Amino acid sequence: MTINEKQNQIIEEFSVFTEWIDKYEYLIELGKNLAVLDERSKTEQNLIKGCQSRVWIDAEYADGKIIYKADSDAIITKGIISLLVSVMSERKPEEIINADLFFIDRIGLHENLSPTRANGLLAMIKQMRLYALAFASVQKNEI
Amino acid sequence: MIDVLNIRKDFPILNTTVYGNPLIYLDNAATAQKPECVIQTVDELYRTCNANIHRGVHFMSEQCTEKYEQSREKVRRFINAEKKSEIIFTSGTTGSINMVACSFGERFVSAGDEIIISEMEHHSNIVPWQLLCERKNAVLKIISFDDNGILRIDLLDSLINEHTKIIAVTHASNVLGTINPVREIIAKAHLYNIPVLVDGAQAVPHGNVDVRDLDCDFYTFSGHKIYAPTGIGILYGKEKLLEQMPPYQGGGDMISTVTFDKTTYAQLPLKFEAGTLNFIDAIALGAAIDYVNNTGRQNIFEYEQKLLDYATQKLASIEGLKIYGEANKKVALVSFLLKNIHHLDTGMILDKKGIAVRTGTLCAEPLLTHFTQTGLVRASFAFYNTFDEIDALCENLEKISLMFK
Repeated sequence: MTINEKQNQIIEEFSVFTEWIDKYEYLIELGKNLAVLDERSKTEQNLIKGCQSRVWIDAEYADGKIIYKADSDAIITKGIISLLVSVMSERKPEEIINADLFFIDRIGLHENLSPTRANGLLAMIKQMRLYALAFASVQKNEI
Repeated sequence: MIDVLNIRKDFPILNTTVYGNPLIYLDNAATAQKPECVIQTVDELYRTCNANIHRGVHFMSEQCTEKYEQSREKVRRFINAEKKSEIIFTSGTTGSINMVACSFGERFVSAGDEIIISEMEHHSNIVPWQLLCERKNAVLKIISFDDNGILRIDLLDSLINEHTKIIAVTHASNVLGTINPVREIIAKAHLYNIPVLVDGAQAVPHGNVDVRDLDCDFYTFSGHKIYAPTGIGILYGKEKLLEQMPPYQGGGDMISTVTFDKTTYAQLPLKFEAGTLNFIDAIALGAAIDYVNNTGRQNIFEYEQKLLDYATQKLASIEGLKIYGEANKKVALVSFLLKNIHHLDTGMILDKKGIAVRTGTLCAEPLLTHFTQTGLVRASFAFYNTFDEIDALCENLEKISLMFK
């Protein structure tokens, strides 16, 4: 599935929710099911600045693809991260760098987040992209 | 007696809806809403009486100056200061404390001296003193509090010594609600001739404050927390101290004569009011004080205490809810956490129900460190809040508990 196909799938999943509370309940569910991040990865370096809760994002690079792992101490935030990971993880760096993340607006996440919280979301995406840029340069060195 | 339904009519913002729900505003400790009379004062001044104060001979400037000075007199009476010259308009509590830390610090604090604050201070009563300590190589010492949120003033004797230059302590904690025994602290400090600054930001909105009765040397508070506009606040200081302190900022209004060789400064209080002060909001602070006086400070105190008791009891009965701050004497606010639920999650869902609470560190990280927490949820009340609103808060907290199970 391409990044855009995955995003469309998420949009479809969210389209059944008419009430915000249902969206939140779904995010809580996703948050609970997100794979646990190893305590060793919860470092100061992996901590995202600009979030109201603590968010850690770690990334590995294997076989030309990036695998993101992330965690937060707040569950709704964790649900949002889970969506980001499902869209961005196990993809080539250039796919991530060039991705247009349209699903965030389409599922109403932006309008559900205050500016301070939306900044936190942007900080997460920025960090994921930074990883992709770093791994892209590694890739070039390999060639 | 507080007739809450009539009082609510004075605050137009309380009719707002948030995501289709009526606003339930429980973030009053962060900032309070404004009654119509305060909004009208600001509006009318800009329409009919706006000219810079203490300057022109023209009609409007003199009118504005008179209103500004009348407002200072209202503040003097409000906190029962002896003289108008002891009332300095500032930008808020933070501005007031920085002024004292800089000016008092410049005159009286040197290397090796000590400053005492408490473990429950707002960042605004920590950082200005830390900056002073860095500048002067002075030492910051801390009065701790116990797990109920009560200040360990029994430790004060062991903290005070001949190097102590000032004690700065909050009158009421913005997180725990604790009303501190500042009178006792001041009496003890004065035995050693140590002045005391009291941060009154969370105390002034909730009851009577009498600076002469307390005998405090400095008292600070913010306008926006007592129903006045943002950007205006008060520093009360005893005249004999203010006289000895150098000006904090230089500029217009604070001078007597200026030559390139030597400038002499204005008398108190203008010595500390450099530049064009926020005179419109200073006048509106007077209107807010009138409103509070007309409502009755004792009435406000009694009604808010009933809200506090009711909220405490109801919140405590929610399974898994822990209250932080269990002193006997509290202002009307309750900080809490639901078991295993992050404060941000709780706040985000309450927000969707139109309930405004504060979440996070509440500008008091050292206090949170005491409880090994990274954040709390705080519901803080004003006399326009109702028992129904507390019911709505508690019902929603029960639902949130279930959602995250």
